[in-house]
Amino acid sequence: MTVIEAAGLTKHFSARRGVFVGKPGTVRAVDGVSFAIGNGTTLGIVGESGCGKTTTAKLVLGLEEPTSGSICFEGRDLRQLDAAGRRRYRKSVQAVFQDPYASLNPRMRISAIIAEPLITNEKVTAGQARHRVDELLELVGLPAHAADLFPHEFSGGQRQRIAIARALALSPKLVVLDEPVSALDVSIRAQILNLLRDLQAQLGLSYLFIAHDLAAVAHMSHTIAVMYLGKIVEMGEARALARAPKHPYTEALFSAALPSHPDERREEVLLPGEVPSPIEPPSGCRFHPRCPRAFTRCAGEVPALRNLEGRLVACHLYDAAETDPAPLPLMAAQIMRT
Amino acid sequence: MAGPPLLELDRLSTHYIAAQGARVVRAVDGVSLRVEAGETLGIVGESGSGKSTLALTLLRVLPPAARIVGGRMLLDGEDLVQKTEPEMQDIRGKKIAMILQDPMASLNPLFTIGNQVAEPIRVHEHETRRTAWQRARALLNAVRIPSPEARVKQYPHEMSGGMRQRIVGAIGISCEPRLLIADEPTTSLDLTIQAQYLNLLRELQRQHGLALIFITHNLGIVAKMCDQLAVMYAGRVVESGPVSRIFNAPVHPYTKALLNAIPRMDDPDRRLNAIEGQPPNLAALPPGCSFAPRCALAMPRCREAAPPEFTPEPGRTAHCWLAEPAAAAGRLIVSGAV
Repeated sequence: MTVIEAAGLTKHFSARRGVFVGKPGTVRAVDGVSFAIGNGTTLGIVGESGCGKTTTAKLVLGLEEPTSGSICFEGRDLRQLDAAGRRRYRKSVQAVFQDPYASLNPRMRISAIIAEPLITNEKVTAGQARHRVDELLELVGLPAHAADLFPHEFSGGQRQRIAIARALALSPKLVVLDEPVSALDVSIRAQILNLLRDLQAQLGLSYLFIAHDLAAVAHMSHTIAVMYLGKIVEMGEARALARAPKHPYTEALFSAALPSHPDERREEVLLPGEVPSPIEPPSGCRFHPRCPRAFTRCAGEVPALRNLEGRLVACHLYDAAETDPAPLPLMAAQIMRT
Repeated sequence: MAGPPLLELDRLSTHYIAAQGARVVRAVDGVSLRVEAGETLGIVGESGSGKSTLALTLLRVLPPAARIVGGRMLLDGEDLVQKTEPEMQDIRGKKIAMILQDPMASLNPLFTIGNQVAEPIRVHEHETRRTAWQRARALLNAVRIPSPEARVKQYPHEMSGGMRQRIVGAIGISCEPRLLIADEPTTSLDLTIQAQYLNLLRELQRQHGLALIFITHNLGIVAKMCDQLAVMYAGRVVESGPVSRIFNAPVHPYTKALLNAIPRMDDPDRRLNAIEGQPPNLAALPPGCSFAPRCALAMPRCREAAPPEFTPEPGRTAHCWLAEPAAAAGRLIVSGAV
C-alpha cells in the first residue's frame, strides 16, 4: 500500500534577476514530478545542486505549497483535507535534516527537544511524555541519562540520533531524510545508516531519502529517482538502476561516483559544462546541452517519462524505432578509460 | 626508490598549547611520511584526526596556539622547520602550494580573477604586470575556464563553485610548485563537477610532474587518485603504504573497520560495519594505543603501551601490536575475524 503519492508536482518561485532592477523570471524548481512511496519502503532521490530534490522534500513536508499538482496521503488528496486532517498529516510525516548542530536548540534539554512534538500535538501528561522520551532514547541507542543533558554535550553522530528520536516521537508513517549523514564522519555514518535501516524494519517506516552520496542512496533505497533541473529523468528499482543506468545523465552521474576500491576500473563518462540555471532551462530535454548522446530532436521536444522494462526513463534515445542512430559514435569520443 | 624523496617527514609533532601549557592537544604526534616527486599521497582520517593541522604544519601557517614541538620536514633535503619566516614566504606558493576546501573563502571577493592568479607570479618570479596577466590567461585556459580573456576581468562572485575551485587550482600551479597540497578540494562540488576537477588535477600533475597530497575523509577519492595512503587516527599515522596493498590487505584494525564502514555500490545489501564509540579527545588521550577503546581486537597490552612503528611488508608501516613480527603468525586469523 502506498503511503504517499505525488502526481505532477510543480513548484515555481518568482525570481528577479539583478539586484535592484531586472526582468522577473521564474525558477522552475520542481516541474511535474510524480512518485509514490510504499509502506515500509525507501525512495531515494539523487541529483546535483539545483535539481529540485530539497524543494520536493519541502513540498512533501508541507513546508511549501505546490504551484500545481497534488500529493495524496493514504489515498486522500491533501488539498481536500480539513484542519484536523492536515494536522494528522503533519504528525505522520516527519523530517531529519543534514546538520544536527543547527537542528537542535542549544538551550533546550534533550528531554524537552524530544518531547516537544508530543506536547504540541497530543494531550500528554509530563509523566507520559517522559516515559515516551525514555523509550525513544533506547530506540535510537542513547543512554537514559542523555535526557537531562544539552545538545552541546553530544557528538555529531549522537546529535543525529537525538534528531531521529524527535522525528519518531509521534510515530510517523513517513520520515523525510534530507542528507542525514553528510555532516558525519565515515565511522559514524555507518552507525546512523544501520540505525535507520533497523528502525525501518522494526517500525515499518517509509523514508524519502535525499543524499548526494550515491552508494549510500543505493544502500538505503528500494527505489531511486534521478532528478535533473526539476524533472525526474529516470526512476526504478534501486539496484537495477545503479547497476545499469539507462538515461545518459544517470549513466554519467553514477560513473562520476567515486570507486570503492582502487582496483575498480570502469568507463567514465565525463560531462562537459555545468548545470544550467533553472530560471531559463534549456529547451526540449533539459539535459541536452551536456548530453554526449544528444541529437536534433532533443533540443526541440521534451521527452516524456515512459516505461522501459519496468523502469521510467525520460529520453528520446528510447523512443522505439524513431531513434536517430547517427550521433551514437560521438559517444565513444567522450568516454575515456581511467 | 633511488635518491632522497621530495618530502620526508620525520617524527613531526605539532601540539596546540592552551592555558599556559596546562592543556596540550597533540594534533600531530610523531608523524613520519615520505612523498616522492610526481607521486600522490592520500591522507585520510576523521574530523579531529590531525590531518588538517598536518597540512598547515607543512606550510608553516599554524594558528598562534599551535607549536611544532619536534621532528623534521625535509623538502629536497632542506628542513622546513628550521626556516625563517621570510624564507618560508619564498617557499609558499613557489615550491609548495595549497588548495583549500572552500573556494569562496580562498579567493578575495574584492579583486579580479586576473589579479589573484597573477599575484604569485608577480611576487615570486618578479614578472611585469603584463607578462603575469598573460600567464594568468594561459593558466585559466589550462584549467579549462572558457573565454579566459573575459574571465580575468571578472570577480569571484560571477563564477560557479566548480569554476572558482578551478581558479584556485590555477593559482596553486601558477609558479609550478613541486608539491601541491589539496585539503578536501572537492567536498563543496557536485558529483559530475567533482569528476571533472579530479581529472583536471591528474592531468596537471602529469604535465608538471607535481607531487600531490590529498587530505580527505573520502576513501573513494583515495581509491581513484592516490598511489600511497596514510591513515591518521588521533594525531598519528596508524597505517601507511601503497593504496592498493592497503585496500586489499589492511593491517591496522582501524583501517579495516573504515573500509568496511563505507556503503559499496556493487554490494548494497551488505550490513555496514559501524565502528562503535567516538573518536578520542586529543587533550586526554587514553594510555597505550588511542584506538584501543574502540578496537574489536584490543588486547590488555594495547591499553598499556602505545605500539611503535612496525613494517608488515616492505614499503608499509603500521602502528599496531598485531603487526609485530611475533604476532604476524596470528595475523591470518585476525583478518578472518574482522
